[in-house]
Amino acid sequence: MAESNKVINQCHDSIISMDKVSFHYDGRNVIEGLDLTILQRDFVGLIGSNGAGKTTLLKMIVGLLKPSSGEIRLFGQPLSQFNGWDRIGYVPQKNMLNPLFPATVKEVVLSGLYGKKRMLKRVTVEDRHKCTEALHALGIEDLADIRIGKLSGGQQQRVFLARSLINNPELLILDEPTIGIDAETQESFFHMIKHMHQRHNITFLMVSHDVDLMQSYLGHEPKNTIGKLKFYVKHSHELDNCVEDNLAHTLRDLRNHLELHAQLH
Amino acid sequence: MDIFTLDFFLRALIGGILIGLMAPMIGLFVVLRRLSMIGDTLAHVSIAGVAFGFLINVYPLLLGLIFAVVAAFAIEHLRRTFRSYAELSIAIILSGGIALASVLFTLGRGFNMNVMSYLFGSILTLNRMDLWLVAVVTLFIVLFVLLFYKELFLLTFDEDAASVSGLPARWLNIILTVMTALVVSVAIKIVGALLVSALLTLPVACSLAVGRGFRPTLWMAIVFSEVAVVGGLVISGLWNLAPGGTIVLLLIGFLLVTLTVRKGLRI
Repeated sequence: MAESNKVINQCHDSIISMDKVSFHYDGRNVIEGLDLTILQRDFVGLIGSNGAGKTTLLKMIVGLLKPSSGEIRLFGQPLSQFNGWDRIGYVPQKNMLNPLFPATVKEVVLSGLYGKKRMLKRVTVEDRHKCTEALHALGIEDLADIRIGKLSGGQQQRVFLARSLINNPELLILDEPTIGIDAETQESFFHMIKHMHQRHNITFLMVSHDVDLMQSYLGHEPKNTIGKLKFYVKHSHELDNCVEDNLAHTLRDLRNHLELHAQLH
Repeated sequence: MDIFTLDFFLRALIGGILIGLMAPMIGLFVVLRRLSMIGDTLAHVSIAGVAFGFLINVYPLLLGLIFAVVAAFAIEHLRRTFRSYAELSIAIILSGGIALASVLFTLGRGFNMNVMSYLFGSILTLNRMDLWLVAVVTLFIVLFVLLFYKELFLLTFDEDAASVSGLPARWLNIILTVMTALVVSVAIKIVGALLVSALLTLPVACSLAVGRGFRPTLWMAIVFSEVAVVGGLVISGLWNLAPGGTIVLLLIGFLLVTLTVRKGLRI
């Protein structure tokens, strides 16, 4: 309980902080002296041309690449000591998916729970329950037993979002989630993300090439421009009742909202 | 002639059943990670080990296994060096293995016939020691896949997501490759080095054609593999054919059938 009080009282904890981070590759400076702080409940949109270092930055944050110099902290802990990976949800680029991969939607969503802390442990009834909740929250429970490659791009994106949400993450990292999806689906996906940001205690870091969509929510002026990377930031914590642990509960209004949205169309 | 009462055939059959179980278990992950060529590569290096074993008079299968494991580490290392050309590392080790094997062949001309049985497989040559080695490796593989099923699934489905979840992706990759080396090196005596990778990939190809989820795909791959191995060994025992070739031809037959059935179901 003490922890949830803390969340209410100070919702400006630093979620990601980067101190003079540089990355060199083949003698080229991909990223040079980057300082960045992302606070709790920020929505950070990262926009940059190809080769600006967006993917490199994301990979450094999640520990896939080591910075050449500088320090990265997640939830206040140096990356090398960080072990709260279950607090982070991750939505990969859509084009990473092999369409023939033999996995059902349910199997994919459940895999959001697999992490270091659960190694050698069996999938429990509670885990399956969480999976059902996540499927329900995104309105894809009917697709549970379908092979993921057979879904449309928009449906697949919902599956990956459900996977990233199953653990009730505090930080959601999205790597160009709407690439290769038609404009209308893209918009409804972004709408869903926006809604989650406004109503739930989740911090967002989203890489996108879609400048218009991002600017429509985050404003036209980047808060930070470092090299070719532009960071658009919007902070949001209007509601106080966002510190619930139950995914179904916190996501119920999301689902209602989505249904409403669907009816309007 | 009743081959089922012959010791050597029973040993081959038991060995075959064990290999038929573990090959697709590892093969599923190998195929889905687009490393289908890795079995071939490891087999060729393994043959160099076998040849070296004959040359210095040490248990050949064990040396083949050690060579394959070393090659597995080398592949992982090269894979990181040539990050975006993962298949290059396989080409390098593959040709290196054949080169080494061919030089070792010519160094010990006297054992060429012996090596032939490792290249094409034989049901006559599996001895008690070999069978024990196969059994131990099977135990390792089955335990590994059962214990790390979740983690291997995520690693195979989305390696980045696996890393972001804090899984030791690098170690799992290395262990998976080493396990592949173990399977390949103990399977070559029955199936033959030239065909052993087919046992990793073809049952998986069959089950990918019909499976929907991951778990059923794994089970079906094992069923295809066991039917082909047992059937192939019996046929090759009855008509004195090369066991590896018979098994692989059966698997290709299964693949054609599953692809046809699948087409029939979809349209």
